Amino acid sequence: MSPAATSPPATVFREFLDSGRLGFQICASCEQSVFYPRVLCPHCGGQDLRWRESAGTGTVYSTTTVCRRNETYNVALVDLDEGFRMMTRVEDTPPEDVRIGMRVLLQVRHDPDRSEPVAVFVPAEA
Amino acid sequence: MTTKTANTAAIVGVAESDLGEVGPGVTPLDLIGQAATAALADAGLTKDEVDGLFSASVYYPMANLNTAEYLGIQPTYSDSTNMGGSSFVAHLNHAAAAIEAGRCEVALIVYGSIQRSASGRLVSSGESTPYEDPYRPRYPVSAYAMAAARHMHEYGTTREQLAEVAVAARQWAWLNPKAFARDPLTVDDVINSRMVSSPLTARDSCLVTDGGGAVVVTSAERARHLRRPPVRLLGAAEAHWHRSISAMPDLTRTAATESGPRAFARAGIGPSDVDVVLLYDAFTINTILFLEDLGFCAKGEGGPFVSDGRIAPGGKLAVNTNGGGLSYCHPGMYGIFLIIEAARQLRGECGDRQTPGADIALVHGNGGVLSSQTTAVLGSPATG
Repeated sequence: MSPAATSPPATVFREFLDSGRLGFQICASCEQSVFYPRVLCPHCGGQDLRWRESAGTGTVYSTTTVCRRNETYNVALVDLDEGFRMMTRVEDTPPEDVRIGMRVLLQVRHDPDRSEPVAVFVPAEA
Repeated sequence: MTTKTANTAAIVGVAESDLGEVGPGVTPLDLIGQAATAALADAGLTKDEVDGLFSASVYYPMANLNTAEYLGIQPTYSDSTNMGGSSFVAHLNHAAAAIEAGRCEVALIVYGSIQRSASGRLVSSGESTPYEDPYRPRYPVSAYAMAAARHMHEYGTTREQLAEVAVAARQWAWLNPKAFARDPLTVDDVINSRMVSSPLTARDSCLVTDGGGAVVVTSAERARHLRRPPVRLLGAAEAHWHRSISAMPDLTRTAATESGPRAFARAGIGPSDVDVVLLYDAFTINTILFLEDLGFCAKGEGGPFVSDGRIAPGGKLAVNTNGGGLSYCHPGMYGIFLIIEAARQLRGECGDRQTPGADIALVHGNGGVLSSQTTAVLGSPATG
């Protein structure tokens, strides 16, 4: 068993991000993708979850432009091609230009406010 | 009308506390105390007859302990299930089960919040999570906004149709002296108000008010000897499928598609039998989703269904006759107020906003981010 397999799921997820990658799990029993990471498969209850690196390609499932006092920014749900959904934001384009159905690519960027890596997406076609 | 559940529980007392903005110094427990006292008086019961207590709170993690201590009661059956704003409709379901099982006889469901006076903002009930926090969604509105965006994308629902929900609620509020927001409101006003999380504006969003409410439930047998005509619980059900919005399988289809049919099946009736509908309208998209998911119209047809005043006073279906969370009151969690209005409609006490001859009411609670769904079908005293 690899060291990663015995580490807490959130710790492994963060280790993936620290190395510029997006980690997710696949259940060895039912072969479905699992996100967010956890210790059992929510589909079949299996406990043998294998970590994978996402290819980072996906499609915007839904999107909103969040308005706060001094800023607007995007929040989106993206369906990764491996079959899991995550909350994220689409950057490098105005938030109101993010569209449902838009193809997007993963970028692991440094979040200056939180001083940690964060998985965001950018439009697949500039 | 004869239904399957002739000997189940009945609602025998309902009341609100002071609503709106109660001012500094008032605690949530003070509002709980006001509402409980008034609801027990409505029922003609005393606090010492309460043996089952049901409450939920964002202020008190052990809500029933604070509540019972404040009220000076010692319940023998205690349930502070918290699944968000839908909790109180779940409490109704749980109270009925406890009464039917003989575990308690007089159940008090109660809630109070000083959301407006304390902070002017919703006290967030969202947990910290490394999978959502970095993206800073506004909790809970951004989740509902993404559901609205998806509904618009899949079914062609329009910005104007969302606004129609808020306008209908406001027109009902004009008929309710207790409603908090009673100034004029047009579709354009809703669309042009401050954007919060697109496509939802401030006027697509529920109020932030203070307020408390209480509901007294007892057995059908005991109810026959009390001062108010009993409102019968014909059927109730609950369902929840997710907590965080990123885990909701389909943002246009809620667990109301499960709680609704189960509640109707227990009542032995269907949507076409319902005279008045009380839906948890935290945001305008909620009303559209729940009308679809509960079977009042087909999936995707909620936008046209709410248009042209069809759910406003004088429309095809009486929906949220108190003005709803959008215009009547919304103190953090709203579910108990749905029950209170439904009971009053079925007792024929609603004055200018009364649905004539209302025999069947549907109450539908929502909690979290479209997460928990609880449905109850209530019958007027005449249905007993």
